[in-house]
Amino acid sequence: MSAPAVSIKGRAFGDHLLLALVILLSIVMIAPVLWVIGLSLKDNAELMADPNSVFHAPYTLKNYINTVGTSSVFIWVRNSIIVSGGLTLGTLILSSLAGYGFARLNFPGRDVLFVIVLFGLAVPEQAVLVARHQIFSVLKFHNTYQGLILPGLSAPFGVFLMTQYFKAIPKELDEAAMLDNAGRFRIFWKVLLPLTLPAQATLGIFTFLGAWNDYFWPLISATKKDMFTLTVGMASTQTNFAQSEGIGFLMAQAVFAGAPILIFYLFFQKYIVTAVSGAAVK
Amino acid sequence: MADRLTMPQTAMPAAGVRTPSADIYAPQWRNFMFVAPFLFFFTTLLVFPLLWGMWLSFHKADTFSSGNFIGLGNYVRLFHDKVFLQSVWNTFYFVLLTVPTLALLGLFLALCLNRRTRTAAVLRTLFFSSSVLSVTIVTLIWRIVFIPNVGLLSTIYGWFGATAPAFISDPSLAMIGIAIATIWWCIGLPMMLFLSALQQIPQDIYEAAALDNASRWQTLRSITLPSIKRTFILVVIIQIVLQFQLFGQAWLMTRGGPNNLTKPIVLYIYDTAFRRWDLGLGAAASEILFILILIAAMAQYLVTRSRGDQT
Repeated sequence: MSAPAVSIKGRAFGDHLLLALVILLSIVMIAPVLWVIGLSLKDNAELMADPNSVFHAPYTLKNYINTVGTSSVFIWVRNSIIVSGGLTLGTLILSSLAGYGFARLNFPGRDVLFVIVLFGLAVPEQAVLVARHQIFSVLKFHNTYQGLILPGLSAPFGVFLMTQYFKAIPKELDEAAMLDNAGRFRIFWKVLLPLTLPAQATLGIFTFLGAWNDYFWPLISATKKDMFTLTVGMASTQTNFAQSEGIGFLMAQAVFAGAPILIFYLFFQKYIVTAVSGAAVK
Repeated sequence: MADRLTMPQTAMPAAGVRTPSADIYAPQWRNFMFVAPFLFFFTTLLVFPLLWGMWLSFHKADTFSSGNFIGLGNYVRLFHDKVFLQSVWNTFYFVLLTVPTLALLGLFLALCLNRRTRTAAVLRTLFFSSSVLSVTIVTLIWRIVFIPNVGLLSTIYGWFGATAPAFISDPSLAMIGIAIATIWWCIGLPMMLFLSALQQIPQDIYEAAALDNASRWQTLRSITLPSIKRTFILVVIIQIVLQFQLFGQAWLMTRGGPNNLTKPIVLYIYDTAFRRWDLGLGAAASEILFILILIAAMAQYLVTRSRGDQT
């Protein structure tokens, strides 16, 4: 009986060692964030004199007051909410309709079209950016909300996700209604759509988060300061690092922009993880 | 997701059970109306720009017109452009720095955190949390870590009287600095993918191994690792596709410098097309990136398909 006891002890030791290693890594994860929060609470002059002053008082909320009071942050937040919200709503509507169409209905050329849409999943944004930018220049869409929202509506991921989801719903549910000659849209709206709520939540949160964090397209399309999204706007203030406005101010902006997303993540963690892993594996 | 793909694609009602169902599944044009709105955006904003971009890459184009046809002229220019060749090399170097680390570290974290304790749950939340931040915030955080004098790194080195390596300005370290920030940002996804693969391994295999008194190392080597081999390949390919598209971190942390040593392909495209307005050349560069990513995406498709066949 002594041999297994030894191996269990060895196992416990190994467990502790691994746990210690993981905790060390988690410190690497969290230390930069704590550092940023610390800096955001310090006066700039004091910080420049001695960086170790982060570790002791006095702390100040001055940087946050400056963030809220003087910068364009609120305009950018508003733009980000309009763009991300508009794109999320549009994606949910288009994907639900198309998902139902591809999963449940038949029309000429359906299977070929679906394969083409699936191929769209493999197209990276960069392969269409240059042409899209030129098209939007001709349409005068740059520096408008539609200019920021519309490109995202062409992404096939939502359609793919909703098609899979509609296919997994038992056919008997809508077949009966179809045989009763109920309208297709009525069946979609009354019978099937309520059943897809979990998928709507996953897709909605995923789309919102993606749009909120998008950087490349807003960078090239929104060139006027009052049309910046939060991501682009914050990046634009980063360029004069450590000079005019001070590090504490920039850090306060980072915390101000990052905290809502992290809180959002803590609430919707399950959906976010499902959606992100799902989108990666496709 | 993969096994859902193998579900029957079309409705084939058992013959003779319900005759009317032949009618409800007959192809009808009005059914097309459900997919038409999406297909409109898909065609005008994805398919058309994709083809238009290919067309542009054979032209000398500016913002409003497609200019003159110059055949392969843009591609010839690219392959004689030292900056472009440098950016291709930089991209591969960056992929080499990040992808193996992300895959191995993600696997390590998944193996350690695949248990039902509260600590493990908290740590999983923590390691994924950086993934939800935007690239702007991530680069802001890491520039402040690396910045001389007030940075976290130089403060820690200062405690021991040492000078911190200059991760942003030193030519030989700049890309490594970007890679560190990227690994910190992206570690959540590989960890989650490995965790979901680990949870699909049948528990009774482990019970059998425990009865045989197999050591932890034996169990890992002969049960766990073989069962997640495909996931490992998948994670590597997904990360290659993602990291090939490096842009924000390089643009915001180093502007591609010093000496273009951290300029990736996407930043070259951005510079060429949207700062020098040479749209034809930019389009040609993006076609080359597209081909590189397509090769990786094809590999991913083959891996997911073969897994689908197996189950």
